[in-house]
Amino acid sequence: MVASSLLDLIGSTPLVELAQLSPPGRTIYAKLEGQNPTGSIKDRVALAMVESARLMPGAELLEPTSGNTGISLALVAKLKGLKLTCVMPSNATPERRALLELYGATIVDSPGNEGSNGAVRMAQEILAREPRYTMLFQYANEANPRAHYEGTGAEIASELERVDALVAGLGTGGTLMGTGARLREAFPGVQVVAAEPLPCDPVMGLRSLEDGYVPPVLDVSKLDRKLLVSNTEAAAAARVLLEREGIFAGVSAGAVVHVARRVADELPEGAVVVCVLADGGWKYLSAPFWLGEEIDEAVLWW
Amino acid sequence: MSVVRIPPVLRTEAGGEREVEASGDTLRELLEDLSSRLPALGARVYAEGAIRSFVNVYVDGEDVRTRDGLDTPVQEGSTIILLPAMAGGR
Repeated sequence: MVASSLLDLIGSTPLVELAQLSPPGRTIYAKLEGQNPTGSIKDRVALAMVESARLMPGAELLEPTSGNTGISLALVAKLKGLKLTCVMPSNATPERRALLELYGATIVDSPGNEGSNGAVRMAQEILAREPRYTMLFQYANEANPRAHYEGTGAEIASELERVDALVAGLGTGGTLMGTGARLREAFPGVQVVAAEPLPCDPVMGLRSLEDGYVPPVLDVSKLDRKLLVSNTEAAAAARVLLEREGIFAGVSAGAVVHVARRVADELPEGAVVVCVLADGGWKYLSAPFWLGEEIDEAVLWW
Repeated sequence: MSVVRIPPVLRTEAGGEREVEASGDTLRELLEDLSSRLPALGARVYAEGAIRSFVNVYVDGEDVRTRDGLDTPVQEGSTIILLPAMAGGR
């Protein structure tokens, strides 16, 4: 394959059978989103959001993101002649910071103890003060689920004859909403299952419940199941995925595999479960969990 | 009896506890029982016969919004987790 732009290599990621981790009589396939150009599923979202915004060259983007979306936006911005500022929690891993800076983004820190919600709040404040910015805002941008409807979901539907359950991580809700909608058209009985991070005390340091936030992209009524996964379970599954299948994936991928195995176990013989592995393990190398050490619950997810 | 895990933002209403006990065969009964034991906590989570917005309730790790809501059965020894709704996605 010869591409005229790296952006043409976004999507069309491979599916691989998890032969060692599938329960007897069931088949789990993993979609390897780590094989996108910047190494995560967010390349799809970034490209779709930028293209649908129809920006002039030189436009300045502002986005609350602690990593993958920022890195993807930074690549897309670079190749399309745009500028990018990312608002991210101060406790994001050093690899993600370094990558963002290397790709050319400017970083603004939000309080680490407020997690993603704090980054969203701060980005909204900056936008109100400095209207030159365009905030694509993945949490509310319909190009986010659409990228998965037209890409992730369509790819799975064209490759597989049967899908009984889709399992993906719950972040903005974009993957689950878009991929889920496309798979429901192809496989009407498919279960759409969210693997949700169990937040830890530091991340939950919200001032009040009224600070809670449900992304507009996410419609919980379109989920068939929503299962909590602790960081310990997610990290253990990420290690097993590497040991048994040779797949070096991130922590959210571990959570998704953990849930996919549970769901596959509960489905009848012959069932096919597809799980979406959002990224590779590289950006989490500084996290101690690869060695089985105590897990810092604060900073692992995505 | 079931264990109810309390997030930091609600611990004041739970007398500072990380976990409290409550009983019921369904989530509705359990939240009614919780509201009678700890009215301030109950009112933050459950009002006018519904789970409040921005609160997620999990029975044995599954969000009750994708199960049977307040009719979700609760087993003896089940763990109930209360969490503020949070955006993920990075």
